[in-house]
Amino acid sequence: MSRIKKWLLSISPSLIAILSGIFAGFIILLISNPASAFNGLVVILKGGWNNGMKGLGQVLYYATPIILTGLSVGFAFKTGMFNIGASGQLVVGALMSIYVGINWTFLPGHLHWIVAMLMGTLAGMVWGMLVGLLKAYRNVNEVISAIMFNYIGMYGVNYLIKSSDTMYDILRNQTVNVAKNAVIPKAGLDNIFYIVKGRFHDASSVNGGILIAVLIAILIYIMINKTAFGYELRACGYNRHASRYAGINEKKAIVASMSIAGALSGVAGALMYLAPSTGMHIHVTEVLASEGFNGIAVALLGMSNPIGIIFAGLFIAHITVGGAFLQSLGYMKEVIDVIVGLIIYFSAFSLLMRDVMTSIRRKHGRKVLNTEGKEAKC
Amino acid sequence: MGEYIIEMLNITKDFPGIRANDDVILQLKKGEIHALLGENGAGKSTLMSILFGLYKPDAGRILKNGKEVHISDPNDANRLGIGMVHQHFKLVHNFTVLENIILGVETTEKGMLKMDAARDRVMELSERYGLKVEPDLLISDITVGMQQRVEILKMLYRDNEILIFDEPTAVLTPQEIEELMLVMRGMADEGKSILFITHKLEEIKKVADRCTVLRKGKMVATVPVATTSVEEMAEMMVGRKMRFTIDKDEVSVGKPILSVNNLCVKGAHEKNAVDNVSFDVHEGEIVCIVGIDGNGQSELAYAIAGLMDVESGSIKFMGEDISRARVRERNDLGLAHIPEDRHKYGLVLDFDLQQNLALKNYYAPELQNRGFINFPAVRKQADMLIEKFDIRSAQGADTMARSMSGGNQQKAIIAREINADPKLLIAVQPTRGLDVGAMMYIHEQLLKQRKEGKAVLLISLELDEVFQLSDRILVIYEGKIVAQLAAKDATPQLLGLYMAGSKGESA
Repeated sequence: MSRIKKWLLSISPSLIAILSGIFAGFIILLISNPASAFNGLVVILKGGWNNGMKGLGQVLYYATPIILTGLSVGFAFKTGMFNIGASGQLVVGALMSIYVGINWTFLPGHLHWIVAMLMGTLAGMVWGMLVGLLKAYRNVNEVISAIMFNYIGMYGVNYLIKSSDTMYDILRNQTVNVAKNAVIPKAGLDNIFYIVKGRFHDASSVNGGILIAVLIAILIYIMINKTAFGYELRACGYNRHASRYAGINEKKAIVASMSIAGALSGVAGALMYLAPSTGMHIHVTEVLASEGFNGIAVALLGMSNPIGIIFAGLFIAHITVGGAFLQSLGYMKEVIDVIVGLIIYFSAFSLLMRDVMTSIRRKHGRKVLNTEGKEAKC
Repeated sequence: MGEYIIEMLNITKDFPGIRANDDVILQLKKGEIHALLGENGAGKSTLMSILFGLYKPDAGRILKNGKEVHISDPNDANRLGIGMVHQHFKLVHNFTVLENIILGVETTEKGMLKMDAARDRVMELSERYGLKVEPDLLISDITVGMQQRVEILKMLYRDNEILIFDEPTAVLTPQEIEELMLVMRGMADEGKSILFITHKLEEIKKVADRCTVLRKGKMVATVPVATTSVEEMAEMMVGRKMRFTIDKDEVSVGKPILSVNNLCVKGAHEKNAVDNVSFDVHEGEIVCIVGIDGNGQSELAYAIAGLMDVESGSIKFMGEDISRARVRERNDLGLAHIPEDRHKYGLVLDFDLQQNLALKNYYAPELQNRGFINFPAVRKQADMLIEKFDIRSAQGADTMARSMSGGNQQKAIIAREINADPKLLIAVQPTRGLDVGAMMYIHEQLLKQRKEGKAVLLISLELDEVFQLSDRILVIYEGKIVAQLAAKDATPQLLGLYMAGSKGESA
């Protein structure tokens, strides 16, 4: 009983945040087209259910990368850092896995996609590690360097694609398909998430990536909460001075934490782009990958808890898919983007506000404590 | 009416989870020195903050000369002639003494400062009350004692007639305390009314006319000081009879555990915070480093514990040079450290108690298995320490460190450090901010360590504590050890002279 109560209490801020986000979205629906606002809300909330099992599959598909970038951001949060560089880490990881997926055709069978994914992970890890190294040894604020690395990553990737003979599809201005073996297997999910169209199974885009993402979330949860290494990272996140006092090497912890955060975003990139059948290719455009920033919202909504992040990612994917069906009610695509974006960020933002408020309250409380503490200092 | 200049009637103030003031009555007569006595957390600061307009009371009235007044911020307090010397001075460090005194009440003519008139007035006040200051020196260049005189002059310059002193003697040497007492007496004789917050009974006995005792937010009594004994006041403050001394057994001193040789540590500025310091600490001995706050004792402790880099010189621990060793290596060799700032260094406030108690040994085989923390073992260790060291908290091992009281937080740190069975225990201001009960407990624990043949390095600002515990006393002044005395040869006066730097480097 008390366990359930405690659990409800712990997720209630997220639920309240979601409700306020939906309310904010509803207001925009009302403003842009009052007549179908209520129906519109129903469509958004139905999310993937608007299109049966295929819709649900789409939700899982969209959730995969943002669960991972959410983990990336949330993991860094846990260790006291703000990883705003998920976008750059993602695109660098994506490029590396695409490179391997296209060129390393000597790899047999399943080994190909596994190696491609691992190499993407590694590339993202390096991208995150650089930020960590700068922070630990040069005291460069991780937010500033991560933002810069986002752009370096994006432009660098564009350059490498364009100057590559094997990867660039000039006509479409994007990367070419990866080899068949390098595609993430469907893992039987296409036989669950489909709708019947005449004689065809119209399958959703979901693949085994969602299983990998959930597995990684569970592993991260165990690492943070059960291992000595996770204990060190958490201690550093909460109180760097006390960690140093306890003999924890806080510089190493910073580098390790940013490396792992980068690796998580790297996997996200690999899983996104090792699926050419769903039309995912890196376009040579000057836009930062939005999955990186959605990861911030996912992490906030999931309160940096890996298991919470799985559900937060699913929720945001659900709303995104739901938004796509709004067009049937005559809403403009841009307005839909605004509504979906508003719900997502309002959800995350109201949670952030709550954190800010409690931290202010806490600081105030500490001030009171301090004045009391001063009395006997002699 | 007319007898009382300030009356605080039935003041009640609640903070989340605690009633800081409960129906407190405080009446200040004109021209008297009125002491406010209480343990840490008894509500003295809260009460004074209400009078100074920093907090709003939830209930109760404030009367000045019999008329009700409302004080909603310090400006209101100033208009009513209420001034306060905070324990941590509120001075602008890169301004001169004179500029600090007139700050906020500058006399101007056509937008230009008129410093001359202000200077004359400050000098006149300084003369009249015996508050010697150098008006043109920067605050950063003058002693703490003079900074306090500047704070007092600030109040006098504003024609305040009700002066609040918040623990004014905490930062002073015995001689400076003597001087301050004279100044306070002088001001009272001139008709100023003084509220004097303290928990030191001798000072009250020496200078105050009446004394109001607070305990746990409630007013115990207001008594005339002349007819009340120190023991009676102490009993009122603590709520039970107090033992003033603890037994100290004779312990034979063994071989040296810690040898510090010609140690220099860089401070925040270019000057060395610790300057060519050498000393030993032996088994079974408590060596105490005394000095006025900010003379390098914190840096010395950090350097020995490995939290600050050594500039030159060496630190030897049981014969091994550890001056460049990492913190973890030092801890594993048997060095324990009760840090000065328990919130910054001693605890991870957002961890629960059991994880805090494991902070120094979470990686040891008994708490860890192939990289995984053995949480049942962590809990078992916590339960054992909670029981053994009587750490009180709302939810036992699951209590968040942040929600624990200061005394119990400190007990947790001490439990953790002693549990490591160290060879050397560095204790920096271990009883700072604690009530008498917790203080006695910690003193007993330190003596127990000594009895078990451990070496203890105690850094304290509290001379009472120093005399009670130490075997040898080193005085630190501007980063240098200026005196080394056996505890039995030291007197407060002698230490005071060394602490103020006015007695030469005879060490």
